[in-house]
Amino acid sequence: MTSAYEPWNEARGAEIIAEHAELEGATLVILHALQEAFGYVPEPAIPMVASTLNLSRAEVHGVFTFYHDFRKAPAGRHVLKLCRAEACQAAGGDALAARAEAKLGVVLGNTTADERVTLEPIYCLGLCATAPSAMLDGRVVGRLDEARLDALVREAQR
Amino acid sequence: MTMRLFVPRDAGAVAVGADEVATALQLAAEKHGLAIEIVRTGSRGLYWLEPMVEVATAAGRIAFGPVSAADAASLLDAMAADGPHPLRLGVADEIPWLKRQTRLTFARCGVVDPRSVEDYRAHGGYRGLERALTLSPDEILADVTASGLRGRGGAGFPTGIKWKTVAQASADRKYIVCNADEGDSGTFADRMIMEGDPFVVIEGMTIAGITVGATKGYIYTRSEYPHAVEAMNAAIAAAKRAGYLGARIGGSAHSFDLEVRVGAGAYVCGEETSLLESIEGRRGIVRAKPPLPAHKGLFGRPTVINNVLSFAAIPFILDNGAKAYADFGMGRSRGTMPIQLAGNVKHGGLFETAFGITLGELVDEIGGGSFTGRPVRAVQVGGPLGAYFPRALFDTPFDYEAFAARDGLIGHGGIVVFDDSVDMAKQARFAMEFCAVESCGKCTPCRIGSTRGVETIEKIIRGERVAENLALVEDLCNTMKFGSLCALGGFTPYPVLSALRHFRDDFGPAPARLEAAE
Repeated sequence: MTSAYEPWNEARGAEIIAEHAELEGATLVILHALQEAFGYVPEPAIPMVASTLNLSRAEVHGVFTFYHDFRKAPAGRHVLKLCRAEACQAAGGDALAARAEAKLGVVLGNTTADERVTLEPIYCLGLCATAPSAMLDGRVVGRLDEARLDALVREAQR
Repeated sequence: MTMRLFVPRDAGAVAVGADEVATALQLAAEKHGLAIEIVRTGSRGLYWLEPMVEVATAAGRIAFGPVSAADAASLLDAMAADGPHPLRLGVADEIPWLKRQTRLTFARCGVVDPRSVEDYRAHGGYRGLERALTLSPDEILADVTASGLRGRGGAGFPTGIKWKTVAQASADRKYIVCNADEGDSGTFADRMIMEGDPFVVIEGMTIAGITVGATKGYIYTRSEYPHAVEAMNAAIAAAKRAGYLGARIGGSAHSFDLEVRVGAGAYVCGEETSLLESIEGRRGIVRAKPPLPAHKGLFGRPTVINNVLSFAAIPFILDNGAKAYADFGMGRSRGTMPIQLAGNVKHGGLFETAFGITLGELVDEIGGGSFTGRPVRAVQVGGPLGAYFPRALFDTPFDYEAFAARDGLIGHGGIVVFDDSVDMAKQARFAMEFCAVESCGKCTPCRIGSTRGVETIEKIIRGERVAENLALVEDLCNTMKFGSLCALGGFTPYPVLSALRHFRDDFGPAPARLEAAE
């Protein structure tokens, strides 16, 4: 399977940055757009964003590192996010998270050795009345139990 | 005759199979040669019945749920014949859980097509704006103030006063900012209304714009809410096409534009000044107040920043008058609150009702107790920064002041239910850990205090000098409460201290209660 993302390319990066540069407070919008295209925010893009927006490299780096969403390296082929916030804890989320970790052989926040699956915690998908919940590559799943979680993990490993 | 079906597109319904149900219904209809039209709505908020499918009939919309894709064929037969079906719930509006509510803000949610301005107007939408356009800013302010509406994000600050401050400020530009950074676990009302009735948020913000003289608004929401982002963007585009956003809105002299901005997984950006920093493209570091955002907010300009539900309450108030809203409620908490029942609860969902209902009614009667069937032991009200309440305090009425008097807060109206398997020391530790992870780092009590809090609670759990360490946690909580710059560090003590106060037996090595349960 090929990656859903484009490989890093400076000209393409510059094009994405230019597309949003005129917005008020464009930094986050640009970082999101870069990550959407490349799957992460490639390091060479940081000084490019800085010079386009007339900011220091340190400022852009500071924004990039402040927010949990932005990646400095590509994730696994699939990203499985498990909600670890209170409503999902109340509905048995702790045990399911431990089960996912055991099945995939990684702890939350890591990618499997074969680079197929990145397992991440997420703090609230707003699906608190159908808890516990998860998100697999942007698809939301609620009312998780062991069987539904196992199916999700299998799907992610494919 | 074409049957008109309604299937939610709400993320909570999609998470339990609503998309698959919609596809299965379409396929089954083609196979049976039935003509159907499927309208993708928001959710009515009865999540234990999702995916809930409705069909329009002469007697009203008949609901079925929870529907799975495998039910599609039998469902269509029952609909076509108006016959019985095991999942048939009757007329949707007559379902007791829904009928018992007072839906002012959520009146259209789950009913209308959230992408259609025409449908919104057909259900009373934009009447508030139309009336506002005939009033002076002072007259609108008088209505908003008299309604008694207080900020629904949690702080409960009077909306009319906030707007008046911005209206009176003079500047070359002013902004309207909608705080849709709904990060509190157990809350999903913002998400629901953005997905189910986005025009009500747009209308509320537009009214704010013409009142204070702002021509640009931002909706700052979460990357965890892709469905809400999509719904808001679609609605903004539709409102522009219909002349309700852009230049000369509704044919008036006013112009107003809206843009959605998406956060990047930082909980602290729900704090208003941190949110403003984030829209400006910076780290979400909290600003010291004063200056207030009303004087110096987004890009240094006077800014109205309100929660989604505050803006969404405005159209009703302008349409029906301040009194119609203020007639509901108790004390200084006027109107209705969209309450969210979540976690280990049998009947989870959105319950909009007048202030004054008790916590016990909400959890036991409306929520139906725990989903697991075990006794409810604790509920956390108001998100990760809200207090844990034991059953002994279930007589507390849902009201800003009543909760404050019991060292809690109603916050954004989320209630997370826990059964008797909960370990409250673990929950207290989590509150501190969450604060440590999400702290913006600007002030010391929050940045350092939360980490020391995790360590000290861990010592207590291990049984190290329990009495001394408990005293230390209480002292630390006081420092955080009074020394932090914003609610993240300032309110983290609520869950910690309430857990300590009401569930002291859980603190110390191997709680006897849990051992007994095993």
